[in-house]
Amino acid sequence: MLLLLLGIILLHVAGLVLLFVSTIVSVWTTGETTTSDLWLNCTAAIDGYHCNPATSGEWIQAVQAVMILSIIFSCLSLFLFFCQLFTLQKGGRFFLTGTFQILASLFVMSGAIIYTVMSPQWVPGSDNFGYSYILAWVAFPLALISGLIYVILRKRE
Amino acid sequence: DSVVKAIFKVILNQKHQSQAIMIYTGWERHALVGGDVRLSCSFFSWRWTSEEVTFSWTYRPDGARDSISIFHYTGGVAYVDNKGPFRDRLEFVGNPGRRDGSILIKNLDYNDNVGRPSSVRLLVFEKVPIQAGVITGAIIGVVLGLLVLIVVIYYLMRFLVARRVFSLSVRSVPGPWLAALCQAGLCQGLELRPEPIPGTDTCVAKLA
Repeated sequence: MLLLLLGIILLHVAGLVLLFVSTIVSVWTTGETTTSDLWLNCTAAIDGYHCNPATSGEWIQAVQAVMILSIIFSCLSLFLFFCQLFTLQKGGRFFLTGTFQILASLFVMSGAIIYTVMSPQWVPGSDNFGYSYILAWVAFPLALISGLIYVILRKRE
Repeated sequence: DSVVKAIFKVILNQKHQSQAIMIYTGWERHALVGGDVRLSCSFFSWRWTSEEVTFSWTYRPDGARDSISIFHYTGGVAYVDNKGPFRDRLEFVGNPGRRDGSILIKNLDYNDNVGRPSSVRLLVFEKVPIQAGVITGAIIGVVLGLLVLIVVIYYLMRFLVARRVFSLSVRSVPGPWLAALCQAGLCQGLELRPEPIPGTDTCVAKLA
């Protein structure tokens, strides 16, 4: 029982860490000498890295907002899980926790989709997607599965 | 909307070339005609802490091959260019001790338009377009506001429903109150009725 609890919490925290890294580290696109998005575009030059804020278009701001919202909802879901752990009746389901976690996963999904669709406009053809982008796509099914587990889970004494 | 392209570029040198430093400059600056703009540049390095840095701002109009240095800082002294297109309009407002190498350009004109992105880009408009972070904040605010609204409405509905149930049973005296009344000796001739059912009109206990 305790093992199951630890496993669920670990899954949730792993998803949360991936979300944090994906949002904060600005490596959604990598080129040979450049990394860019969500927050900074950095170019490697002789004298060091030149970093500028990312282009202030509407869609990149939407991706930023949606990623931050997914972090907020995932944190709220973790907090609600601990609340419901102590206040839920026996046999009850963690609906609220699961709802928030599933919403967080939907936010990550929409952020990744928006970035994928709009990237031909922002990214030159020679650049590839960076590891932050990949982490976002990995965090989405992790958060979704975690949310579904919460919805299915029943509280036992 | 004729735009004259030019490029601002920041070059930063230091004594030990091998140490990598990060240079942060504003990518795109929007400014109004006749106003001022501050071109900010801050440099960051984990290891370098010396104040003896050399840096310069260069300006290259679009199509031109040569770039001219409009500002140079070396050995603790700032040298402002007094021949180029920004003579008498450039002011050094940075603080190298605080890793800030920003300059201020005053009294802007349409001829100062800068295009093709390199390090810093300057655009002069009649109206300033939307700033970075506005849409981000708006989306986050709207979603969190909706969340708070849903929570408030939920608790409000619960509170209102509870009040409705309470007001229904005010007409009929609840069971425990009857028991208390009878124990106090006020029940002579009192016809006791069963517990009133919420939602239905039940008769009160009649006093003889």
